[in-house]
Amino acid sequence: MGYRVFDHTADLGIEVSGGTAAEVYTGAALALFDLVADAAAIRPAEERQVAVEGEDETDLLVNFLREVLYAWNGKGFLVKECDVREVSPRQLAAVLRGEPYDPARHRIKTEIKAVTYHEASLRQTAEGWQGRIVFDV
Amino acid sequence: MSEIKMRKIDDWRWEIPREGGMRVPGIIYTGERLMKGMGADEGPRQVANVAHLPGIVTASLAMPDMHWGYGFPIGGVAAFEMEEGIVSPGGVGYDINCGCRLLTTRLRREDIGDRLGALVTALYRHIPSGVGSRGPLKLSAKELREVLTEGSAWAVRHGYGSQADLETTEDGGAMAGADPEKVSDRALERGRDQLGTLGSGNHFLEIEVVVEIYDETAAAAFSLEAGQICVMIHSGSRGLGYQICDDYLARMVKHVREIGIELPDRQLACARLASERGRDYLAAMACAANYAWANRQLLMHRTRETFEKALGMGPRELGMRLLYDVCHNIAKIEDLPVSGKEVRLCVHRKGATRAFPPGHKALPPAYRNAGQPVLIPGDMGTGSYVLAGTERAYTETFGSTCHGAGRVMSRTQAKKASRGRSIPRELAERGVIVMASGRGTLQEEIPEAYKDLDEVVEVVHQAGISRKVARLSSLGCIKG
Repeated sequence: MGYRVFDHTADLGIEVSGGTAAEVYTGAALALFDLVADAAAIRPAEERQVAVEGEDETDLLVNFLREVLYAWNGKGFLVKECDVREVSPRQLAAVLRGEPYDPARHRIKTEIKAVTYHEASLRQTAEGWQGRIVFDV
Repeated sequence: MSEIKMRKIDDWRWEIPREGGMRVPGIIYTGERLMKGMGADEGPRQVANVAHLPGIVTASLAMPDMHWGYGFPIGGVAAFEMEEGIVSPGGVGYDINCGCRLLTTRLRREDIGDRLGALVTALYRHIPSGVGSRGPLKLSAKELREVLTEGSAWAVRHGYGSQADLETTEDGGAMAGADPEKVSDRALERGRDQLGTLGSGNHFLEIEVVVEIYDETAAAAFSLEAGQICVMIHSGSRGLGYQICDDYLARMVKHVREIGIELPDRQLACARLASERGRDYLAAMACAANYAWANRQLLMHRTRETFEKALGMGPRELGMRLLYDVCHNIAKIEDLPVSGKEVRLCVHRKGATRAFPPGHKALPPAYRNAGQPVLIPGDMGTGSYVLAGTERAYTETFGSTCHGAGRVMSRTQAKKASRGRSIPRELAERGVIVMASGRGTLQEEIPEAYKDLDEVVEVVHQAGISRKVARLSSLGCIKG
């Protein structure tokens, strides 16, 4: 998967790159679940819709990941796949595929409490789109 | 990024002089050795960033256990005046009213004898811990609202403890102004089945023994003596608190842009204390604070039951009582001296503990001469300190002190450092039994991932912002 984990003393962050902003949104959602659980054991059995707004791309990335994380820590839903359907600089709609947590089959690796705004960014560079997010763990 | 300049004030305090958009200077309480380790961290920059916020009073402070946080540093203390000042969810932290309570017993080490292992196992079985663990209660919407407004008193009213427990809890275990209407459905949903759960990460429940008394008079007031068995509980407001922080941060990020406050970091998002948004956050935050107090009250009750059953003792023989309960992630409206005059302020303590002096009216009568008990948990297997609040803390640090050891190693670094080692065995060799539900938890929480607790405590003691009363050593620990 196209992401790199960096870590700070008390937190855990990811850097995701992609050819488009949509690729970064998708990559970041999957990276988040790669940290939360053993992704190999998650089956894409059910769908959940997510739609968010933001002030700019960075805000949109934070808000999107907040929703994706809520699927897990609010609803117990583990995400395997993510399709970004519609995207503009201030709006995003996506479909998440995964399944409800089953302690018998799923191993939880890390508790992620929240997606922070701390040094969050999503911007276009000469090499494509670069996203950076710090999670509170 | 430019280097943050620091100037040594004395052996225990360093100043970040006011510069650029800083409204006040920064002051870091630390020692020579801890200071050296700080260069690698962005903590000092965060102390300077907090000094930019509107209405900040005197200085942006950091305690010796300071480390890098998001927005505000962990170990940070900042006070704001009520008219122009702000409240910031990031200045409280995600785990609202994360805190500690220390339970004392009539037992001595020899009374447990070889039953320590069985006792730790029983606690591990009976105290729900770990990611996504569910508590013993599934609250109705009405009951949850009662918890959010009543705090510890709700738990006591339902038989989980006694009236005396409320007297030895900061704020009596209930923060005023809590309004469940200001809490989102998502936060309420997450709170319904997590009351009475320990959580994961650095949260723990530990059996400890008092190994050293530094201040006989204060120790006597706190009913602490060498050789005594105690229990330290470290937990917070669980998913409900995280969700409230998350909800309000998002709102305030939008809000600061609308009202045009310039921030060096979005995570410092805030609202004026005198605004509707600011008041709404405080009302929701108080709900989470009360939830956390009720949570620790339930955890204490379950601990008492488990001790009685595992050791075959009655409540009298066990004599388990609450020494004190403190919060170390909170914003409080308090009257504190500024240049010799009492002023009403909103004090943010993010990874910092209240440390009120002898004679303060907020203290229960039994502790009034000694000062407020301050509970400082160490890293896994290290033990804890009991300190007492001082007049100097009151006048110099808005009645605040440190909160723990403070991380120095990231979780990944800690995992790397513990590769190929058996952490439970290493701790067992030191006489400490640990049990954790998460596979990675013990690796991430190894003792060397934290600053030296003795050093952190020495700084606050020498700087005079709290006084050492007793040192406790760990015997057994359960973690999420």
